[in-house]
Amino acid sequence: MSQEYHCRIYVTLRPSVLDPAGVAVQSGLHQLGYEGVEKVRIGKYIELTMMAHDKTHAETQLDEMCDRLLANPVIENYCYEITALETTGSPK
Amino acid sequence: MKFGVIVFPGSNCDRDLATVTEGLLHQPTRMIWHQDTDISDIDVIVLPGGFSYGDYLRCGAIARFSSVMRSVIEHANQGKLVLGICNGFQVLTEVGLLPGALIRNRDLHFICDRVPVRVENNQLPWTKKYTSQQVITLPVAHGEGRYYGDEDTIKELEDNHQIVFRYCNLLGEITEDSNPNGSLSNIAGISNKQGNILGMMPHPERASDPLIRATEGRILFEGLLV
Repeated sequence: MSQEYHCRIYVTLRPSVLDPAGVAVQSGLHQLGYEGVEKVRIGKYIELTMMAHDKTHAETQLDEMCDRLLANPVIENYCYEITALETTGSPK
Repeated sequence: MKFGVIVFPGSNCDRDLATVTEGLLHQPTRMIWHQDTDISDIDVIVLPGGFSYGDYLRCGAIARFSSVMRSVIEHANQGKLVLGICNGFQVLTEVGLLPGALIRNRDLHFICDRVPVRVENNQLPWTKKYTSQQVITLPVAHGEGRYYGDEDTIKELEDNHQIVFRYCNLLGEITEDSNPNGSLSNIAGISNKQGNILGMMPHPERASDPLIRATEGRILFEGLLV
């Protein structure tokens, strides 16, 4: 029996890597008067749904996907959230 | 010397390369579609510039998994020649044939220009027709060409003479001002330890035709024929 999961994946540049886009956005925010803004970093947000036997299985697959394709470990870190979706169509 | 130019969906410098290797240097050249797998007839594999698979996600990230890349890795592991230019360089780092990564330019601009580059290692098949420390001018055209590697990677590249080209000024000096994209150590091109794989952001194929009075890139290809 497998379950559908909704996954939110966040890919961010590693702290040691300069993020020029983040710096540009930070200066834009400063120009708007938000002087308190520090350290803007821009990353990627990826959403997907997947079928898996259980949450552990979903996590294993997600780790693999991130390591192989979604993130480049040389420059990026990743994290994710997994939510089980309610199964539809089954009689209550 | 038989050249093979890999064509990914989105490659746009593939025909420029064939114009040089076949048109100007009269070498047999085969265009290789990304789904092909048999490249055993090829001596030099070239991964051209462009935007492979639209460069969605990251430059070169999806091209890395195309079926032809398994054969390219095999070709490289046999010690045969592989050249990655611009997007091709990005693909080579993504697939792990070269260390490090290429990330967004320091100043966020897409740079389209001609820049002086210094030949740091002329002991490779790619550079043997250049003199050591020769300053040449090559075109660059990229938005994500800033070479990045952690400290250990940069040190290893230095120690093994794997830095092949560095951005410099017209006098050949390596300065921050002459670094167009913010690459660490002004790196414009690197090789693997064995020297059979070269990745570079500048475009030698766009400086190969006397008609446009820019031929300093052509020397790289001529070096392979000697």
